[in-house]
Amino acid sequence: MTDLGVKNRAAPLAQSEPTGAAFAPVSPVDIEARGVTKRFGETPVFSDVSFRLARGEAVALVGANGTGKSTLLRCLMGLIPATDGSVHLLGQQTDRSKASVLRQLRANVGLVSQKHNLVPRLSVLSNVVHGLLGTYPGLRHWSHTLAPPPSRAAALHALERVGLAHFAGRRADRLSGGQSQRVAIARAIVGAPKVLFADEPCASLDPSAGEDVMELFFRLARDEGVTVVFTSHNVTHALKYGDRVLGLAQGRMRLDATAASLSAQDLRGLYD
Amino acid sequence: MTDIAPARFERPSALSFLGYVFGLVIIFWCLAGAGFSVEKVASAPPRFADFASRAFPPNLAPDVLVRLGWKMVETLQIAIAGAVIGVILSVPVALVAARGLIAPPWVNQIVRTALGFIRAVPDIAWALVFVVAVGLGPFAGMLAIVIDTIGFCGRFFADDMEATEKGPAESLTATGARKIDVVACATIPAAMPAFISTSLYALEKAVRSSTILGLVGAGGIGIELKVGFDLFDYPTAMTVILMISVVVIGIEQVSGWTRTKIIGEQQ
Repeated sequence: MTDLGVKNRAAPLAQSEPTGAAFAPVSPVDIEARGVTKRFGETPVFSDVSFRLARGEAVALVGANGTGKSTLLRCLMGLIPATDGSVHLLGQQTDRSKASVLRQLRANVGLVSQKHNLVPRLSVLSNVVHGLLGTYPGLRHWSHTLAPPPSRAAALHALERVGLAHFAGRRADRLSGGQSQRVAIARAIVGAPKVLFADEPCASLDPSAGEDVMELFFRLARDEGVTVVFTSHNVTHALKYGDRVLGLAQGRMRLDATAASLSAQDLRGLYD
Repeated sequence: MTDIAPARFERPSALSFLGYVFGLVIIFWCLAGAGFSVEKVASAPPRFADFASRAFPPNLAPDVLVRLGWKMVETLQIAIAGAVIGVILSVPVALVAARGLIAPPWVNQIVRTALGFIRAVPDIAWALVFVVAVGLGPFAGMLAIVIDTIGFCGRFFADDMEATEKGPAESLTATGARKIDVVACATIPAAMPAFISTSLYALEKAVRSSTILGLVGAGGIGIELKVGFDLFDYPTAMTVILMISVVVIGIEQVSGWTRTKIIGEQQ
């Protein structure tokens, strides 16, 4: 971190270990990575990544292409296993949890991806109802036509919050990029998650739509007090929306600092 | 500049040259094995003309047309019933055959091998098997179409599901959805246009197959073709051939229109 001219303000690995860090979390820890290493075959992606994220923190994960931001995000969600180290999500170690436990854990998680990842041939409302499948598995949540009234109401409410309730019956592939991403946000928040992950949520949008999506996403996240981890190449977004910034470079965690203590120039160092 | 321009024709390497020679040898060997004869090709047109002169005009007597018409209806019933049941049964089979969905790799491999076996056996052979199993008649033909459709659609449905965009499935997995829910809500809807296209091809294939299953006693119009040739009643045989052609081309046209209408509009 010193090579980037940024103070090392890494959060401690365990709450009981006082380190004197400026922002050692006092609220519950939602995500904890301990020495996480990921390799694909013999190809290393990143090594020995450790950090803790407290409840309600918004954390930007930055770094150049190929540094493993998206891979790290997937490791944190337990979608792919870490090669080494451990990840605790909402108090459970993901790599040691049974599939059923992991699914229950993920019912408290929402994901917004760069490509929106809506099911194109289905209606907007069905796509949002799918966000409840973690909590209510089974046939009744496969489509909005089968969904019980409370689930339909929850999905419509989520669409209202992103300003798209009037598009509930429209097919998802008839939406603009910005509208699709707002529906993806509605799907992510409909289950009232405790943790939201966003993988370059505005990378496929024009600057104006991207700004709108980021504003909306973080307004909703802060309203609910959820923990947010998002990846971004946009240093302005990282500093504006993140309470804290984690930076990956050369396969290592090179930066862990509060957004307030950083400048755009500091982050650009990660891309050199 | 001319120095760096690539040659119009690349000189093949010795290995490539040997490969071409080997390929030619194989082709000539196959032609010899197939009894290819220029003399027979040269003498065929007069014989064909003789057949055509005896077959035309086709037999258009009303009683023959009514009898053949009902046989054609039976043929279509065999094809449609067999294809529909086959397509429906193909979905669960494909779910188990598709890699990375709900079944472990060793199960995928076993099911794919079984589907390969089903496809390797011709539909007429399946018809013979079912004639032995359930007796002569259209039911044996329908079962042959069902099994043939499962072999075809099971494999292609599985490939279609494997080829879908993985993003929506990952987004649902990330929120705790079960595998079966992810498949039902993300994978199958994404593969649906390909399913529809494959199913319509399966229907076309079933109609073509069902026209000849009668040759082995498995119902349909094929038996009329066989009887026509056996009794040298070429005008009636020609009527059967023309009837089959009209129906098969008609089904292909309807299938193509339906495919464009459903998939085109959805995209």
